[in-house]
Amino acid sequence: MRYSAWTIFKEGISGNGGWKPMWREPEPKGEYDIVVVGAGHGMATGYYLAKEFGCRSVAVLEKGWLGSGNIGRNTTIVRSNYMLPENQPFYELSLKLWEGLEQELNFNVMVSQRGIINLCHSDAQRDAFARRGNAMRLSGADAELLDRDGVRRLCPFLNFDNARFPITGGLWQKRGGTVRHDAVAWGYARAADGLGVDLVQNCEVTGFLISNGTCAGVETTRGLIKAKKVGVAVAGSSGRVMSLAGMRLPIESHVLQAFVSEGLKPALPGVLTFGAGHFYVSQSDKGGLVFGGDIDGYNSYAQRGNLPTLEDVCEGGMALMPMIGRTRLLRMWGGLVDMSMDGSPFIDRTHVEGLYFNGGWNYGGFKATPASGYCFAHLIARDSPHPVAAGMRLDRFRQGAAIDEKGAGAQPNLH
Amino acid sequence: MIISHPLLGPRDSAEFVYLGDASLIGRPHAFDDDAMEKFYEYQFLRDNPDGVHRELWYHEQGDRSWLVVTRDTATHDILNVELARDVARQSGRGR
Repeated sequence: MRYSAWTIFKEGISGNGGWKPMWREPEPKGEYDIVVVGAGHGMATGYYLAKEFGCRSVAVLEKGWLGSGNIGRNTTIVRSNYMLPENQPFYELSLKLWEGLEQELNFNVMVSQRGIINLCHSDAQRDAFARRGNAMRLSGADAELLDRDGVRRLCPFLNFDNARFPITGGLWQKRGGTVRHDAVAWGYARAADGLGVDLVQNCEVTGFLISNGTCAGVETTRGLIKAKKVGVAVAGSSGRVMSLAGMRLPIESHVLQAFVSEGLKPALPGVLTFGAGHFYVSQSDKGGLVFGGDIDGYNSYAQRGNLPTLEDVCEGGMALMPMIGRTRLLRMWGGLVDMSMDGSPFIDRTHVEGLYFNGGWNYGGFKATPASGYCFAHLIARDSPHPVAAGMRLDRFRQGAAIDEKGAGAQPNLH
Repeated sequence: MIISHPLLGPRDSAEFVYLGDASLIGRPHAFDDDAMEKFYEYQFLRDNPDGVHRELWYHEQGDRSWLVVTRDTATHDILNVELARDVARQSGRGR
């Protein structure tokens, strides 16, 4: 059924009896043309495979329930403020897809473009932001360099005269913002389901059917599923899943924590990031401050972090905006992130014929969901990379073509 | 996490800096025929196990020793702590 104001009105006066489940709960068939593993980026991949590339026999497998993985564990920020030419056009495509996503999916994913400000704290950092802003504009994105007064007009509550890290300005992307993350999973699932894609939940992949260097399907907890092509999009658990195909990856799995405060009155104009420590914050529609900072820094599959990181993140928050000092923390959680060797992701074929890999999203996967799905679908359907994702190759370290935004080298916990 | 340092006893992991997989001790030899391939694997590829993991921690806020910590990545349990120097010597390294 199509959602509209009229549907809400009609259902409202007739007892809300006409709403249908948003997707089917199909039993997995024995064979598909394409199987996508993971229902985050994978759900978007399934949707674009059916919508843009005309693939009708597609299944998306999810280990738990829809939205139980990283698509429901992030801090919901969308932006396209990267610098390198292998990254920026990709993230700009993603932001453009976000802007049209609600109409595209006929689903309210609550895209809220309230802007993102990256604060700078020294002349050198301001120069670096000017350079990055120019790189963003070259890709067609928007960027404005703010001076100190410009930041003050938008965020008068910040601690501008911090003795160690005074605020000297900021890089503002007005089109950045937040999106309701669960709704993204639900919206893609509903739209993909409407196009005939099977979303199979509670179906964990336990092995790949590989013979003579060709992948012919997957073994799962719900039985064997044959497929001509298999795409894996399970960032966070990439190491675990791809080891089933005998692959070692340029990835370490780390834990990233996120935090939500009690609900407050509207206080923040958009997303803010502290440029001297690592602290970023936005305010949800319910009023809670949603914030986070560094990863814990050691390999982990535990989906929970430790307290020293919480202390460090909150210190960053207090240095930036002392007004939050008496706000109480409501909840905190941890998610697994694929930290790659250069801080950039992979969307590529593997050495196994018919097996495709999407992963290494570090702590920036959510904003990439639409473009990642689109480009991964392009790669699977046409066997050639989408132009904006052509640099995200799995063999780029062997070729010396790393995409190192931060310039930190092959040290995953520094990206 | 508490890391039981072989010389200093139990220490808070916040005193340490994390480097990564302990296989980084085994640097390939530069003059091997397949040195290029070996260095690529050494520098960029990781086993990244979900479970027992041997890894290098540096005691920056303490005695500045390198430790090999055996830790379960699924539970954060620390199972064993050794001096990296001893591990390297046992594997045949001269220093």
